Amino acid sequence: METILSVKNLKKSFGSLEVLKDISFDLARGEIISVLGPSGGGKSTLLRCLTQLETIDDGLVAVDGDVLFGDGKYADKANLSRITLKIGLVFQNFNLFPHLSVMENITVAPIRVKKMPKVQAQELARNLLERVGLSEKADYYPCQLSGGQQQRVAIARALALDPEVLFFDEPTSALDPELTGEVLKVIRGLADRRMTMIIVTHEMGFARGVSDRIIFMENGVIVEEGPPEQLFTAPKNPRTRDFLSRVD
Amino acid sequence: MNLAVFKLLLDGTVITLRMFALTIIFSIPLGLLVSVLRMSRLWIFNLPARLYILVLRGTPLMLQIMFIFYAPGLIQGFPFSWQGDRMMAANVALILNYAAYLAEIFRGGIQAIPQGQREAGKVLGLSGTETFFIVVMPQVVKHVIPPMGNEIINLVKDTSLVQVIGIAELMNTAKVQASGNVSIMPYLVAGGIYLGITVILSAVLSFTEKKLDYYR
Repeated sequence: METILSVKNLKKSFGSLEVLKDISFDLARGEIISVLGPSGGGKSTLLRCLTQLETIDDGLVAVDGDVLFGDGKYADKANLSRITLKIGLVFQNFNLFPHLSVMENITVAPIRVKKMPKVQAQELARNLLERVGLSEKADYYPCQLSGGQQQRVAIARALALDPEVLFFDEPTSALDPELTGEVLKVIRGLADRRMTMIIVTHEMGFARGVSDRIIFMENGVIVEEGPPEQLFTAPKNPRTRDFLSRVD
Repeated sequence: MNLAVFKLLLDGTVITLRMFALTIIFSIPLGLLVSVLRMSRLWIFNLPARLYILVLRGTPLMLQIMFIFYAPGLIQGFPFSWQGDRMMAANVALILNYAAYLAEIFRGGIQAIPQGQREAGKVLGLSGTETFFIVVMPQVVKHVIPPMGNEIINLVKDTSLVQVIGIAELMNTAKVQASGNVSIMPYLVAGGIYLGITVILSAVLSFTEKKLDYYR
């Protein structure tokens, strides 16, 4: 299968703290990976490095054949912008723009970045809102929506740029338990359409059901990876076994 | 109080309002520039901005007005002269002083916007400039309106300080007319005019705040 994202020996430190020690993995087009592991293990930092929110210290990262970071330096600006549009990120805290309506939140990037005509962008936004089940909320402001609805708008906003890969950074961690279901349902819908995704989550049951592969991370390293059934039923590494037994 | 005195007070009011307007118009962009420099990580930018804010907030406005007007004439070989243009000197002093206060208000407003907003802009492919003007600035406006309102209302009354360099604005006119006519009325009328201006500004400010109330 075609590799859409390739990460080799990725390293990242904050001061003297090594957050990502030596991360390597490939993501194939259409593949869904869930990243599990205890807090502070480097899961979010990994996503943030790949979306250019944190600077990479060392290693090689290539997205859809374009090198994002390699030989100790980043690609040039034009390449970086192109790569930015290929990866979407859904934040834990949604980070919707509170002063813009739901419609504007979704259309601002297509209009500004992709130079899409406004009418076309709004048409796209309406389709996406329908997909996340919020057709009637286009003219609302984020503060008028529940957390679950806000996160679904954030997913629609990320999809509006038609990314090759979509990252989720603990998409349900900021939500009340009764609201996580509606968000997970939307992500499951994306999975049914074979959207390529990396999902950092603490929702074990969800990760097990939706993923093609699970990566278990701790202390900045990938401790174990494999198909969900194998990882959940017969984890090889004692650390993985320990973690899964404590959360289940 | 006769009509002629009232007319003089109105002339003073026009001068006061013109100074007020010019100060608002020019101190906002200057204050924004100073706040951006102040937030720079490079000392070559943030140090001058810090110094500017420290001096302008740390000395009396009245002293600044006098210094700015008199310094060119009193310092030997100063390459610039006001050519007697007191109004210009007064405006410059007010603008420089208010820019320092506004800079700190803007800095507070800009820093109050969560980092996640900028990150969302970046991940969506917006440039730094686009993120600043589309995502950050509109939210900053909402944050800074209440503290800016304070400064704006202070400014109405601070314009009276320019009388120290002999400008016949509202307060100065009232003082001259009160002593000339041995009457308390010019003070009362001047006070009423300042109060009227403040009432109107307060109404405009609270209207603006309400307009921005559509989101949290």
